[in-house]
Amino acid sequence: MKAKVIVMPKRSILDPQGVAVRDAMRHHGLPGAQSARVGKMIELEVDGATEAQLHEIARDLLSNPVVEDYELVVEK
Amino acid sequence: MKAAVIRFPGSNCDQDCHLVLKEFGFATDFVWHKEDSVAGYDLIVLPGGFSYGDYLRCGAIARFSPVMKSVIEQAKRGVLVMGICNGFQILCESGLLPGALIRNRDLHFICEHVRLRVENTGNPFLSAAKVGQVLNVPIAHGEGSYTADAATLASLNAEGRVLVRYCDVNGKTGDAANPNGALENIAGICNAGRNVFGLMPHPERACDARLGSTDGRVFFQSIMATLGKAQAA
Repeated sequence: MKAKVIVMPKRSILDPQGVAVRDAMRHHGLPGAQSARVGKMIELEVDGATEAQLHEIARDLLSNPVVEDYELVVEK
Repeated sequence: MKAAVIRFPGSNCDQDCHLVLKEFGFATDFVWHKEDSVAGYDLIVLPGGFSYGDYLRCGAIARFSPVMKSVIEQAKRGVLVMGICNGFQILCESGLLPGALIRNRDLHFICEHVRLRVENTGNPFLSAAKVGQVLNVPIAHGEGSYTADAATLASLNAEGRVLVRYCDVNGKTGDAANPNGALENIAGICNAGRNVFGLMPHPERACDARLGSTDGRVFFQSIMATLGKAQAA
């Protein structure tokens, strides 16, 4: 099974990387840059796992629920 | 008195911790992260460094090291556990302490001496200090900004579990004395049982006058005194 896990900082958490990227966009000639948020994407290839197990991995290992949200996209 | 310093691939403050603990009279062992037991110690130290290269998140992979199961077991039995810097991050990732450490407010890796205000002495790690005492201890981290949800923060405050906060030389907290953007200047917290303590600053680097400060000694003096009392009882 192939899957992607997208991990993003929670909206309520200040994302200093995102702020730096937004500011760089403004310096680069996009004064209208309102916000940028930096997360990560993890591609997985797993044999013999259920979607529930992948959710568990995404929640317990790939993201930290205190500060991040994840989205699991399973490729059928 | 027996202490264990856990070594993960990428730990780099393990030698400093070992040296200081030995100086304080602990029979100190290094314990490799692949060991499955860390039983029989009075104190377990998770040292600073970059375990697993900080891959994924700081401390995220170390948390799944074989030895961590045993560390969690020992912590639940009441053994003293102290996580310094990366060790603090690992304690948060493993759920032994609440909250998380995120990227510093200004994105920089900060390596400098800061001041810490002692907030609570009713615990094994600061029993020899005075509330309000200002300590000179260095920090060295890129991801040290403590964060937690409002409910967690409220219980930490209400239960006196914030043990040290960043402050200025006069002991005043606030934004100007906050190196990394940590919530309410929090530099170190303990668990509800008060036997697990995590902090971003490095007391083991402030135990020798040649390194610029000996203020870190009070943490180890406190631990020694607490364990001494427990053994005598």
